[in-house]
Amino acid sequence: MDVYTGADGTVIAPPALALRGVTKRFGEIAALNAASLIVKPSTVHALLGENGAGKTTLMRVAYGLTQPDGGVIERNGQRVRWRTPGVAIAHGIAMVQQHFSLVPAMTVAENVALGGHGMLDLRAIAERVKRVAERYGLAVDPDARVGDLSVAQQQRVEIVKALARDASLLILDEPTAVLAPSETEELLARLRAFAREGNAVVLITHKLRDALQAADDITVLRRGATALEVRAGRATPDDLVAAMLGARVVPPVRTTGAAPGAAVLSLSRVTVRDARSVDVLRDVSVSVRAGELVGVAGLEGSGHQELLRVLAGRRVPSAGTRVGPARVGFVPEDRHRDALLLDESLIANVALSGLAERRGRMPWKQLETDTLAIIRDFDVTAAGPSAPARSLSGGNQQRFVLGRELLNRPPALVCENPARGLDAAAAARIFDRLREARDAGCAVVFHSGDVDELIAYADRIIVCHRGSAREVERTANAIARALVGAEG
Amino acid sequence: MSGSGLALFCEATVRTATPLALAALGETVAERSGVINLGAEGAIIGGAFGALVGASASGVAGGLVVGIASGALIGALFAMVVVWWRVDQIIAGTAISLLALGATGTLYRTMFGAGGAALSIPTLHPAPIPGLEAIPIVGVALFAQPVTTYALYAAAIIVWWWLRSTHSGLALRACGESPDAARGAGISVSRMRWGALIFAGSMGGLAGAVLVLAQAGTFADGMSAGRGFVAIAIVVLGGWHPLRVVAAAALFGAASALQTLLQTVAPGVPYQFFLALPYVVTIGAMARVSHRVSGRARAPDALGVSDAA
Amino acid sequence: MRAGPPLVIATGALATLVALFAVTGAAPLNALSVLWRGSLGSWYALTSGTLLRATPLMLAGLATAVAFRAGVMNIGVEGQLLAGATLAGALALTAPGLGLALLPLGLAAGVAGGALWSALPAVLKRRAGVLEAVTTLMLNAVALYLVGWLVRGPLQEPAHVYPQTAQIVSAARLPILVSGTRLHAGFAIALLLVLAAWWVFTYTSAGFQLRAVGANPRAARLTGGVNPDRVAFAAFLVSGGLAGLAGASEMQGVTYGLYESLSPGYGYTAIAVALLARLDPRAIVPSAVFFAALETGANALQRDAAVPAVVVKVVEALMILTTLAIGALQQRRARDRSGS
Repeated sequence: MDVYTGADGTVIAPPALALRGVTKRFGEIAALNAASLIVKPSTVHALLGENGAGKTTLMRVAYGLTQPDGGVIERNGQRVRWRTPGVAIAHGIAMVQQHFSLVPAMTVAENVALGGHGMLDLRAIAERVKRVAERYGLAVDPDARVGDLSVAQQQRVEIVKALARDASLLILDEPTAVLAPSETEELLARLRAFAREGNAVVLITHKLRDALQAADDITVLRRGATALEVRAGRATPDDLVAAMLGARVVPPVRTTGAAPGAAVLSLSRVTVRDARSVDVLRDVSVSVRAGELVGVAGLEGSGHQELLRVLAGRRVPSAGTRVGPARVGFVPEDRHRDALLLDESLIANVALSGLAERRGRMPWKQLETDTLAIIRDFDVTAAGPSAPARSLSGGNQQRFVLGRELLNRPPALVCENPARGLDAAAAARIFDRLREARDAGCAVVFHSGDVDELIAYADRIIVCHRGSAREVERTANAIARALVGAEG
Repeated sequence: MSGSGLALFCEATVRTATPLALAALGETVAERSGVINLGAEGAIIGGAFGALVGASASGVAGGLVVGIASGALIGALFAMVVVWWRVDQIIAGTAISLLALGATGTLYRTMFGAGGAALSIPTLHPAPIPGLEAIPIVGVALFAQPVTTYALYAAAIIVWWWLRSTHSGLALRACGESPDAARGAGISVSRMRWGALIFAGSMGGLAGAVLVLAQAGTFADGMSAGRGFVAIAIVVLGGWHPLRVVAAAALFGAASALQTLLQTVAPGVPYQFFLALPYVVTIGAMARVSHRVSGRARAPDALGVSDAA
Repeated sequence: MRAGPPLVIATGALATLVALFAVTGAAPLNALSVLWRGSLGSWYALTSGTLLRATPLMLAGLATAVAFRAGVMNIGVEGQLLAGATLAGALALTAPGLGLALLPLGLAAGVAGGALWSALPAVLKRRAGVLEAVTTLMLNAVALYLVGWLVRGPLQEPAHVYPQTAQIVSAARLPILVSGTRLHAGFAIALLLVLAAWWVFTYTSAGFQLRAVGANPRAARLTGGVNPDRVAFAAFLVSGGLAGLAGASEMQGVTYGLYESLSPGYGYTAIAVALLARLDPRAIVPSAVFFAALETGANALQRDAAVPAVVVKVVEALMILTTLAIGALQQRRARDRSGS
């Protein structure tokens, strides 16, 4: 049993929460690979990582929402195993998830009451809510209907809910993503105060500034494993970004295409507002020319996904204009959900692309020939063109989708994360294809979380940060700084 | 219309509405937990047959017990298919109702012969409440009914109270609105839905028992006559609120009672118009309801959605 | 997984049937032979019983399959069928002078009636997200009441004795395909339509769009640029039209008139037909014939073997449940394997 010193130097108790060697697989994908996290008592602990790094999965294990395949969980030094959140709650753990666990149709008091036993006394619960809210300075109206509240207010409800359950370990998943800067300041201050009282807080975030400002300790996760564990005072932003994004083993060879042609895709003062009326993209003007390969970088929540979708014509901007061709190839990030009909054949999946424009008879013979060409040219390992899409491995699916989109030589191609889930060699092959497309005159845009990838392949690099987008120099330093909003 | 005619109409309304209201009350609980229960028809016919068997063996009490148990069994079967296997609720419900209809028909013919009709089983007679039954016009209608109707009154109030005043009632409501949020609060959505469906089945079974023991006095193949589906309409019309659902059931009962009344009073308007009216009104109510007007009379957010977890 | 499970299910159904014979006290072998003779074993039973019944089941089954394929829960085929029969009947009865034109016009009226009956739920679904399972169910009841009123009122037969219409003129009746039987041209029409549907699903863009939307509306929208709501709406109307055609064909080919019990639950059996066929039009023909044989044979069973006809309902219901269970199991296995 480890013993740690608290923030003020006195020797206290075992870690409030210790996760060691946690592994979790979903099918053939390892979401967590012997990850670990040690949260000392009376501290705020930041858990950093990119999209897909496994932070949320790890904390879901900590909360009992997901069962790990391997590893150990310790709460206050005791080995524990929880099957449901109910048990975790009973041990004083509360989690405020990114997608709130609130019932929009019910009031705040009812939401706080959820999970109790016996007779329902909403008056008493409303009183309790008011008391907790006052104590921690969170303005919350117990009788308000949650569905009518703004996102920031809903988040406050989630936190009050947790505190009302006498939680001593609070886990918050991206809490400041939806807050204005002043609200962020307030929240972080309250969390620090909460921690000082002998509790612990785990802050899952991608915002380095928040982590450095509010946290005592930082753990960085990358590809399901712990990449860095450090005291906040001793970490620099560069160290953290490097740990989050990683370095490639073999830097790829850089090639330049011919001089780019006319602009094929252009956005002018585009704003995108999401369902909660938050500006995810604000007043962005960007253009992509024929024969160039543009890389878009951005941390989670920076607006890069919306930028790519608007460029691809898959998302209509709330304001501003987009100019682009009718046919834009599009490779979405989540191929299973958005790009494939898993139980249909590869031929059918080739037919899916641009289906809305087809009329009359389906040219199956031609599509079969096309499918064979894709399998051959893009190195797809498949039982045959009639094999169901589900039977392909992840890398092959990605190559297949890319080949399908490039099939009819579209004037533009947008790839949300071409090398997602692929090893270095497979990733290199994908990028070779993108370069070929560029050399053939296509306007190609892609997103990558890997700085080296961006530098190696992109002709130009645009970085998104908090809804704005600007072009930066093709250097690791410039990109890293722009990712966190630093100037220069 | 004479006073006694009105009184008769009221009595017929309550009598017709009782089994509908019982089934609809059960359906309300099921739908508030997020499951659309098309197996209600099966629970009713199952309960009817169970009541026949139970009453033949050991009187009215036996009939009620076996009737309710049969309905509960069908509810459990539906729960197994829909909550455990996570199969499409609509198709499964239709199939279960079909199964119950076929099974009861088969068993009935086998056990009671091809003739069928004239069976003598003990029946439930009206049990007037002294004093209350003397109230003009509605007294007889409301308070001179068999005990099962009084059970309906009690059940409606208990369900209403339970949903709004207990933690388990709150938990059930959460399952129907946002099952993910319910799970996050440590509630077992599966277990709540199982319970809700068994309850709904029991109520359907009771409704079927009422049909046999307090109304027809016998069993006939397919005598549920679509009441289970009507129950679904009643729940919509009643805005998923237990007390309003009972009132909506009265509306359907009135429409049915009206047809016999109108045969003598207004021969111009076809009686089918009145029988069809509640259904049309229900469709209208659904159209309005689905526009998510903030306020009551709204379907539970997660109704009919097969759980992804 | 091709013909395997449906065959297994069909065999299981027959086994269940035998078990049910035992329950009802009938000698299984005798009952089976009665069932056989009453459904497929005699020329008359085959042509004027089974195949005759298979006609509306093919069309109604196709109607259900088209809707389900697009993700539309249309369980109102029963009502749409009645609506189609009603419109066709109303036309034939009020305009007998149209002569031979009544034959195609009647069928067209059937399609229109069915499509109209499905239009309201379709619009409500598209505009307001209303659960079509409930609205279509409600309209089933309304359709029955509508027919009930018509056959006792405006369309009642001249003597005003029975709740049914007069018989339609012979010009409006579907011609008999095989002399000496009751098998009418509707059977050929149904067969052709089912094959046409298969062709549309397999070879045309519209058919593929329907498949894509039913399988993965997100991918259909994001990758294919298809509007899933529009496709589902169109499928809903087509489904209603096919159901209406089933009704018209039954009216113009078998009953020659309108009455309340025109459909002995074809709309509900159609669900079983479509599910057993796994929503594939080609399989709808054998599936419809299978259920038609079961139901036709059931009548013979009741008449000649003292087995209640309703045993067949039990078998049909168990078949639906088994098909659903197998489907759910497969989906779960596939999902676990691919980790999605």
